[in-house]
Formats: sequence, C-alpha cells, structure tokens
Amino acid sequence: MIQANNLTFGYRGSKHNVFDGLSLRLDESRIYGLLGKNGMGKSTLLYLTAGLLKPQKGSITVNGFDAGRRHPEMLQELYLVPEEYDLPDMSLESYTKIHEDFYPRFSREILRKCLSDFEMPGEVDMKQLSMGQKKKVYMSFALATGCRLLLMDEPTNGLDIPSKAGFRKVVAGNMADGSSLIISTHQVHDIEQLLDHILILDNSRLLLDASTEEVMETYSFGIRQPAEMDDTVLYAEPSVQGNHVITRRREGDGETVINLELLFNAVTSGKLK
Amino acid sequence: MKFEDNKAIYEQMADRLCDEIIAGTYKTDDRIPSVREYAVMLQVNTNTAVKSYELLAREGIIYIRRGLGYYVSDGAREQIMTARRKAFLSQTLPSLFREMELLGITLEEIGKEWAKPRRQ
Repeated sequence: MIQANNLTFGYRGSKHNVFDGLSLRLDESRIYGLLGKNGMGKSTLLYLTAGLLKPQKGSITVNGFDAGRRHPEMLQELYLVPEEYDLPDMSLESYTKIHEDFYPRFSREILRKCLSDFEMPGEVDMKQLSMGQKKKVYMSFALATGCRLLLMDEPTNGLDIPSKAGFRKVVAGNMADGSSLIISTHQVHDIEQLLDHILILDNSRLLLDASTEEVMETYSFGIRQPAEMDDTVLYAEPSVQGNHVITRRREGDGETVINLELLFNAVTSGKLK
Repeated sequence: MKFEDNKAIYEQMADRLCDEIIAGTYKTDDRIPSVREYAVMLQVNTNTAVKSYELLAREGIIYIRRGLGYYVSDGAREQIMTARRKAFLSQTLPSLFREMELLGITLEEIGKEWAKPRRQ
C-alpha cells in the first residue's frame, strides 16, 4: 500500500536531514503505531505520505501513485488528521456537503455513528468547538470517508478520559474492510490494544518494524522481584510492584501482553536487538 | 475491560467468553456477538478478536455458520469446566500448597474457613 525507497528529506534552512535513505513498506488491513521521540520525523513521514511534502531524493508511493504528485485517484483514498488544525466557520452539515463527493465511499451513517460513539451531537457548528471536540469531529469525518488509508497525528491529544475509550471504539468499529490506519503518537497507553504493527522511528532509521504477533512470539513482558532478576532479563525498569521486565520468550511459554512503553524504552536505548 | 493479567489479549478475550458461557449468558447453539461487536465492546483491534474466536473454534467451544456468525457448541460448558478444573488442580493448587507450607497453614484451618458462611 505504501512503499518508501531511500527517502531523503530535510526542511529548508535546516542543516540536518530528517530522513537520509529511509525505506519502508506498509500493507493493507493493518493498524500501525508510529512511535518515536520528538523530532524523529513522525509527522514528516505522514506529510510525505499524504503528498503535502516532497522528498528531495528517493520515492514514496501510495497504491502505486507517486505521493508528491497528488493524483486525485490517490487523494480520494487517503485522509490525514493532523495534530493541530482550524476548522472553517460553518456547520458540519455544510462541510460534509462540500467534501463528501471527493470520497467515493463516503458514509453519512458512519459519520453519525462515530459522533455518537464520541457522545457528540450529529449537528455541530464547527467554529464553536473546543480543541478536543474538533478532534472528534475531524476523526469521525476521516472514518466516514471510507478511505483505504487513514493517517492520524497524535489523535488522542486533547481528548478527555472517556473519549480515549471512545476513540478505540470508533477505530475498532468503523474501519472499512481492507483499510489501513497509521497512528503517530506518544500516548502509547491510549492505543496499544488497537495495534497490529509497531514502527519505531529514530534518526531516519526504523529501530523496530514488527507486527505485534512477532513481538509477542519473541519477547515476554512481566514483573519480577529483585531476587528473580537474572541474565534472561533483556531490559528492566523499576516500579512499585517490582521490576517491569522484557525477557526472550521461552519455547512453550504463553504469550504475554505487550507493554508498549517498556518496549519503546528498551528499543530506543538499544537494549533490544 | 482492563488487560492487566499477564496473558495475551486474545487469550484473555477467549477466557472472558468462556466465563460467559460458564455463567450461562450464552447457551448451546446461542449466537455470540460478532467479531466486530466484541472488538468494539472491548476496544481492541478486530484482528485480535478474530484470533480469539479462531482459538475457541479450534478448541471446539464455538462453531461458525457461514454468513451468520459464531455459535456455542454442544457441550461447550462442560468442556470449559473440565479444562478449568484441570488447570486448577495442576497449577492453582500447587502454588496454594506452597504458600500454605511457607506460612504453616494446615488443611484443618482451611476446612474451618471453608465451613464459614460465604458471600457469593
């Protein structure tokens, strides 16, 4: 679905490139978690995918289309929810009327359903909304488009506590069949149970590019008391209940729930290879 | 549902469905929620829900009717009970015994506790 080859990109006026030869491949019907420390290029990668930025070298294609050329055939199957945005001064109804025809599978039914999962009224004046409410409207709209590829930059930022559960429900229940979603975020706890695949970006390299199944097959996550620490422990962080640890999973052991924060810290500190 | 227990999410979801079958929420030949409905309820990825349904189908606890959904198999409740009893005897009990030994708790004391009225 997305193919990036040897991608090189730097912002004008900046001495350092964000990407120097990044390659990656993303498939259909998957929910990707795109993680990385600040300034590692998560948003830049989303903008390059959406064709809002163009690579200086290398290529990025979406469904075979060169992203930077912004073919209508590509754009009608791609929807980006940026981290910050202003919505125009109009009702959601007018906004929908103007935009729905750009998306061949747009569904007002799904729009209504997502808004109701977020406990939002069906008819809203977009200028009157708080930041969190704007996000809910924008994300509901994104799912309603039925696009094959949805990109969301920090989708749970600004959402109140119940709305984070609302977000997981909206995504679990309304993704079109065959569609993929890329969620770029620091709020790993908000989304960890949604993910099919984990990408950890660091200095234009992918430190981790693995499905959650592969991670669960390879590693075990658990809590160990100080007396139980031995050389099978690959990475550990102290906590009130004991040490949160990552170990290599032994043959025959059951799979464990991924602790995404621990995994991220282990990978970015170079403790997992 | 909060996933704290140290077991893969799809296994916990399967356990939860088994709990509901034991409790009689779903009886033999009842239709259980669709994969999508279950995923939304527990706010997990649909593929995870698919995996837990496949696990239960492999074990013969549920069966699929093409185009209609998943249903509870005949004898599912007994099958789950048998497996859980086995797990209790082979895993829960030995660790309980170890703890009893460590603390010097006798079977007699346990018997007394057992005889006390309990809240269900």
